[in-house]
Formats: sequence, structure tokens, C-alpha cells
Amino acid sequence: MKKPEREPLKKPEKKVDQISKLPTPKRDTELRQVWRHLKRNRLAMLGMGILLIFLVCAIFAPFLTPYDPIRADFGNTLQDPSSEHRLGTDWLGRDVLARIIFGSRISLAIGLISVSIGLLIGVPIGALSGYYGGKFDLIVQRLIDILIAFPGILLAIVIVTVLGVGVENVMIAVGIASIPIYTRLVRGSVLSVKEQGFVAAAKSLGIGDGRIILRHIMPNCLGPILVQSTFQVATAILWAAGLGFLGLGAQPPDPEWGAMLSRGREYIRTAHFLTTYPGSAILLMVLGFNLLGDGLRDALDPRSRRYR
Amino acid sequence: MYGYVIRRLLLAIPVLIGVSILVFAIIRFIPGDPARAIAGVHASPQYVEQVRREMLLDEGLHVQYFVYMSNLVQGDLGRSALTRRPVTVELMERFPNTLILSAAAMVIAITFGMSAGIVSATKRYSLFDNFSMLAALVGVAAPVFWLGIMFQLLFSVRLGWLPSGGIGTWQHVVLPALTLGLATTALIARITRSSMLDVLRQDYITTARSKGLVERVVIYKHSLKNALIPVVTVMGLQFGTLLGGAVLTETVFSWPGIGRLMVDSILNRDYPVVQGAVLLLAVFFVLINLVVDVIYAYLDPRISYGTKEVD
Repeated sequence: MKKPEREPLKKPEKKVDQISKLPTPKRDTELRQVWRHLKRNRLAMLGMGILLIFLVCAIFAPFLTPYDPIRADFGNTLQDPSSEHRLGTDWLGRDVLARIIFGSRISLAIGLISVSIGLLIGVPIGALSGYYGGKFDLIVQRLIDILIAFPGILLAIVIVTVLGVGVENVMIAVGIASIPIYTRLVRGSVLSVKEQGFVAAAKSLGIGDGRIILRHIMPNCLGPILVQSTFQVATAILWAAGLGFLGLGAQPPDPEWGAMLSRGREYIRTAHFLTTYPGSAILLMVLGFNLLGDGLRDALDPRSRRYR
Repeated sequence: MYGYVIRRLLLAIPVLIGVSILVFAIIRFIPGDPARAIAGVHASPQYVEQVRREMLLDEGLHVQYFVYMSNLVQGDLGRSALTRRPVTVELMERFPNTLILSAAAMVIAITFGMSAGIVSATKRYSLFDNFSMLAALVGVAAPVFWLGIMFQLLFSVRLGWLPSGGIGTWQHVVLPALTLGLATTALIARITRSSMLDVLRQDYITTARSKGLVERVVIYKHSLKNALIPVVTVMGLQFGTLLGGAVLTETVFSWPGIGRLMVDSILNRDYPVVQGAVLLLAVFFVLINLVVDVIYAYLDPRISYGTKEVD
């Protein structure tokens, strides 16, 4: 008779233990929720892993390879991949793997800096255009229409034509070419957020426009901006590699992947690794950013989770 | 509907004027003497002076723009600094080739992308769905010029099935069109899939199915047209990507189109041709977007042709 009485006493103790293990609601911030969703998304984690590898390559490049990515070694030209040169050597005897490792610095820098340029100019213009509306919005939108009339990379090509070739100018060109994307995106987000009750409440409290935009509207637009920026880094890397391939971007002897491919093409019949590997590096880095972008979009927008 | 088309056409005019101003500005922004930039690096001093007089380059910018525009409406885009031939002639010789390439790429993208998207949506989580969506992810990420080189390596160098470059027969179109169309195929497949999934979840599809309609009819007659709306929008935007990609693809395959002409002209500092090529591609893109907007309005009955929606 005593046994059944003791058993029900134990069960609630276990429940209490389980509940105490759960995170308290206070600590479960929005950032944590996003991270939790992101962690569950295997493809997004794969993307993050790929990007982490490239980031390590970019930061620790000199420690990861004993070879110089620029200095020629004429005794070792066009060597097939071997244990000494894992991905072979190019027409000047330079180690292809070393050049790809050092090249990740250039591609990441172009991607991140050009996106920063686009963000720094595009976001404020989009926010002001959406918030104030009226003639300012009309003029900005017509100017953006004109920029959008040039297909992406074409606008970057036009700007490089004017500024001159080189990595720095590619960053500026790709950055400017991405301004319309941010302006449109932020304007749209601001238009929907500014109609919400808390903005009207802030206005009725007499808070200034600048403070309303910065403190109350922009935090609500950060999600789409973050997602778009992740995709935009991928696009910027592709455009920059394209410009490098056309001879309008990084100049020799810089180990930029697009430029490496362009020159390596001449040896396609005898040394295909000169084009295969730099191209694979571009593909992997772009894939990494795209997978992370997909994951972030799903994590930030519960509705899109259905499509996975 | 006609009113909508006319209004949409009128809205394109300021954009086209803006494009012309930007293209006009290219030469004026390049450091150095604009007359030298137009005449070419190797032009004689006499020719440079002649260009300066003809284009009133010593006058104010507004006068120069007026001259530029009045020449433009007469179809005069100046002369190539390299060949001295009229830019319009150079462009018209090359433009059909770019059109053929872009159209072939778009046909490939629509055919394969939409088919893959529809099958993926109807057979969700199947082996085909997983494989095609993985292929689409890679297809979007691959640089178009690298894809072209890889196709050349496989189909021309190794297998010897198709020519690696040039123009002439239908075989010459296959590899460049495949290269150019792959990223768009991938994107269209992804959009079609998610759009179809969205439509298949709607109540009227459940009703159609509960009426006992065959699945084929449900998919092709009831779902597809509605699912196509976002796909058409993407197609319009993708045409721009195709034109941009054409610059790279034409360079890889030595395809004599506008893109390659433009790149060659930039490298040779033949700025009048650069201006003409940029202008032509931008105007063409604006017109394509116009057509897409009209198709969009036709497909989506929710779009009213009133002024509000146009703005």
C-alpha cells in the first residue's frame, strides 16, 4: 500500500528538474532565437563552416603555406599537382594553393568593403526617402530608376571605366552599383514600419525625426538589411571576379581569383588546374554566403521556413 | 489596359533621359581631355581639334548635351576611335548576336527551370527535388565565366562534341547559351518551386481536388498561371543579369556580341563605342522591363490599371 503513495511523490520532483534546465524567458533574446533557428539549419551551418575556413585562410595566410604567392620560381613552372604543390604551379612557377589562400583576402575584402559602401550610402538615403516621402522621395526614386536601368555588373563596368582599373576602384564601383538595392529595400521596410503604432506614439511624445528613425524604425529594418547584405557580399564577389576576369579589376601579380582564371585559360589544354581551382574557390565562397543568407532569411522570417 | 501601357511608356521616358545623361557623362568624367577621349589615344592633333569643334566641347555642358542628344535622335553615336566607322554600324552588326545568345539562354532557363520547379514542387522532398535544388544552389553560385571555361574543357577539349568558340552554326550557340542560362535556370527553378508550393496550399486547389479533378488538370490549369506571377517578375529582372552575364560569356566564347565589343573598347580606350554599347544595353533593359510589367498586369487580374498602381 505504501509503494504507490511514494511513486507519485517522485514525479513532480523530476518535472521541476526538467523545467529548471530550460532557459529562463528573460535570457531568450531575439538574437538567441535567430541563432537557435540558424543552428538547426544544416545548410546554413555548412555555409558558415565554408566561410569560417576562408576567414581563417585570409587571416592566417602566411602561416598556412610556405610559398610566396607573388614571387616567380622559373625552375618550377606549370607543375602538375603533387605532394609538394597540392594544386600545382602556374606559368611563373608560383604555387596555386598559396595564391588561392592569399586570394581569399582580396575577395573577402572586396565583398565586405563594397557592401559597406553600399550600406553606408544606400541605407540612409532609403530611410530618409521612405520616412519623409514627398518630393525628396520622388526625386530619389527616379534617380534610383536610372541606376537600375543598368544591369548590375554593367553599372560596375561603367564606373570602373571612368575611375580606372584596380582593386580599390572595383570596390567603389561594386559598392556604388549596390546602392539602389539597399535604397529600395530600406525604403520599403521604412514605409511599412512607419505606419505602426509605436512610431505614432513616439511622434506624439515629441521625439525628433532623427531619433525616431534611428531608435524606433531602423532596428525593425535590420533583419532584411542583414539578409540582403549577406547575399550582396556573394554578388559583389562574383562581380569583382568578373571584372578581374575581364582585366578591369585586380592587376598582375595580385592573386585575385578572377584574374588568375583569366590568365590560366591560356593553359586550359595542358594545365586545367589553373582555372578549375580558382573558379572552385569563387564558387565555394559565394555558395557559403548564399547558404548563410538563405538560413538567416528563414531564421528571421518564420513564414519562409515552410519552403525548406 | 492600353491606358496602362501608355502610362508605363511615359514613365520610361524620364528614365531613358537619365540614362542618356549618365552615358553622356562617362566621357566627361574620365580624367583628361574629352576631345582626346572621343578621338582616341592615337588620333592626330588635327582630328582631335576637329572633334572638339564638331561636338562644341569648348562650350558649356548643357550645349554639349544638346549636341549629343540631337545627334542621338538622328541615330548618330559618333565614330569609333579605333576603326573610324560609325558607332551605330558597329553596334548593329553585333547586337543581333547578343540577342540570339540572350534569347537562347532565356529559352533554356525557362524550359528547364520551370520544369524542374514544377516537378520539385509536386514531388516535394523526393530524390529529384533534393538533387535539383542542390544543383540550383550551386548553379547560382558558380561564376558564369568559369562555367563557360569548364564547359569548354569538358565538351570541346575532352569530348570534342562542340566548338569552343566563334559563331556560325547552331552548335556554336549551345555552350554559350548553356553557360549564360544556367544561373537563371537555377533561380527560376527555385522561384517556381516555392511559388507552386504556395499556390498548391490555397483553398481553391483543395476545392479543385475535392471535385475529383485529375492532378494534371489541377496543376496545369488551376495552379500554374497563378504560380507564374512571381516567376515572370524574376524573368524580367533576370534579363538584366543575362545582359550583364553576356559581357562575360561573349568574352569566354569569342562571341561577337555587344558585350565583347564593349570590353574590347574599354581595354582599347575606344570610348565612343563604350558609350554606345552601354546606352544600347540600358535602353534594351528598360524596354524589356516595360514588356514584363505589361505581361505581369495581364497575368495578375488583381493589378488594376488605374493611376494608383502605376505609381
